[in-house]
Amino acid sequence: MEWFNAVVQGALLGGLYALFAAGLSLIFGVMRLVNIAHGDLIVLAAYLGLSVTLVLGIHPLLALIVVVPAMAVAGYILQRGILNQTLGQDLLPPLLVTFGLSVIIQNALLEIYTADPQKMNAGLLETASVSLGGLSLGVLPLLTFAVAVLVIAGLQWTFYRTALGRAFRAVSDNQDIAQLMGLNRHHIFGLSMALALAVTAIAGILLGIRTSFDPSIGGGRLIFGFEAVIIGGLGNLWGTLAGGVILGVAQTIGAKIDPGWQILSGHLVFLIILAVRPNGLFPRISG
Amino acid sequence: MPDMVLEIRGLDAHYGDFQALYGIDMTVARGEMLAIIGANGAGKTTLLRSISGLMKNGNDQIRYNGAPIGAMRADLVARLGIALVPEGRQLFPSLSVEENLVIGGQVGRKGPWSLSEIYALFPILKERRHQPSTSLSGGQQQMVAIGRALMANPDLILFDEISLGLAPVIIKSIYQALPNIVGQGMTALIVEQDIARALSVSSRVYCLQEGRVSLEGASGGISRAEISRAYFGVT
Repeated sequence: MEWFNAVVQGALLGGLYALFAAGLSLIFGVMRLVNIAHGDLIVLAAYLGLSVTLVLGIHPLLALIVVVPAMAVAGYILQRGILNQTLGQDLLPPLLVTFGLSVIIQNALLEIYTADPQKMNAGLLETASVSLGGLSLGVLPLLTFAVAVLVIAGLQWTFYRTALGRAFRAVSDNQDIAQLMGLNRHHIFGLSMALALAVTAIAGILLGIRTSFDPSIGGGRLIFGFEAVIIGGLGNLWGTLAGGVILGVAQTIGAKIDPGWQILSGHLVFLIILAVRPNGLFPRISG
Repeated sequence: MPDMVLEIRGLDAHYGDFQALYGIDMTVARGEMLAIIGANGAGKTTLLRSISGLMKNGNDQIRYNGAPIGAMRADLVARLGIALVPEGRQLFPSLSVEENLVIGGQVGRKGPWSLSEIYALFPILKERRHQPSTSLSGGQQQMVAIGRALMANPDLILFDEISLGLAPVIIKSIYQALPNIVGQGMTALIVEQDIARALSVSSRVYCLQEGRVSLEGASGGISRAEISRAYFGVT
């Protein structure tokens, strides 16, 4: 039963990792951009949420109303202002620029908020739990997982059922020909970054309610996100959710064996899957 | 003076240090079907890429309906009503047949072409509309590529080697459909390797050789010998 409990808790934790990963997966899928600053953008969203809750005196979940659009606008400006200029045949410039961005965000957060760990106060939500068949499940992890499923379903729907998603796929397939369809790729890339950072905002706020955070933890969130994307298979959003769940379960089982093994066992499972299935478990090969 | 859709004056085009086009002059009158022939590497595709905005040029070197478009972005050129059927079809593999057509219509221009018109022209596409575009045969993919360009209701449509890699019987049926397509007040520019095909379908022809116009004239009034000379540069 304890082990079963660990699996369930891990699966719920995987929802958070899937939220870390969804934005990464989206922008890589649309424009082949590997965003090293993704983890720091998650942390930035958490700090934005903290400020909004403190200044307006509202619940952290209500802060989403401000933080999600703010991050989306920031994403569009970031993409059109800086990142579009780095995209081309060479994968290196966007890597270097987003790495620089990561350093800048970390240091700016350090200047503004100091290195002290912070946490958002969500009141009862943090401790509430429900009993299900002998298991005690936290309401927050359940909520996080449900949000992850909704976000992935929403992204999936956007990608395959809307004109915007059609434009994303067309630009991803062939930028030149997409331009001939009257699509301005710089604008489409801006919209995809906006959507990715809107998801990042949700991830950041849920992270900030769940655990304490400080400006340095972005790198770790980036790694978890990458691992979830790659376990699930590039370009497959539901695969990303599965990847997050596998990573979460591996970590909680590892922690069950020995608390020191939590992070390591997640990485080990990732490495094993990478070795056995280099394209991930559910790759969607396109083109 | 006839109504000119496209006027090209002294068009130069470069890929890095390599110059692909040298001072091309060309005019296309409204409603005409113009053929461009030439050997591989003569600059035919470069010319179409320049017109459609995929290559940037001097703004005044290309005028469309009297307005300069040489330096305009491709998506804006498309919105003005220039559509390209690219060499090798280049459908979007992640999109279904129908999505490929619908995205062609996204520029939002009014005109005779809609999904139902395309399906009437190529009924097989209606049957296959929910399939991935990559699952179609080469000829069917070419129909999608042509339909995708038509969906934009362009004033000027550019065809780049639409017979390339297709079976002769398919080429024949596509060329049979062409007059119906272009008959609706559209102007067409056809790049074609098959000289006989190009001459039979067009009213005027330009031949390119190593980035320059080597011959220009009415398609009916040019001899084989003149074409060989213009094509290969031998006398």
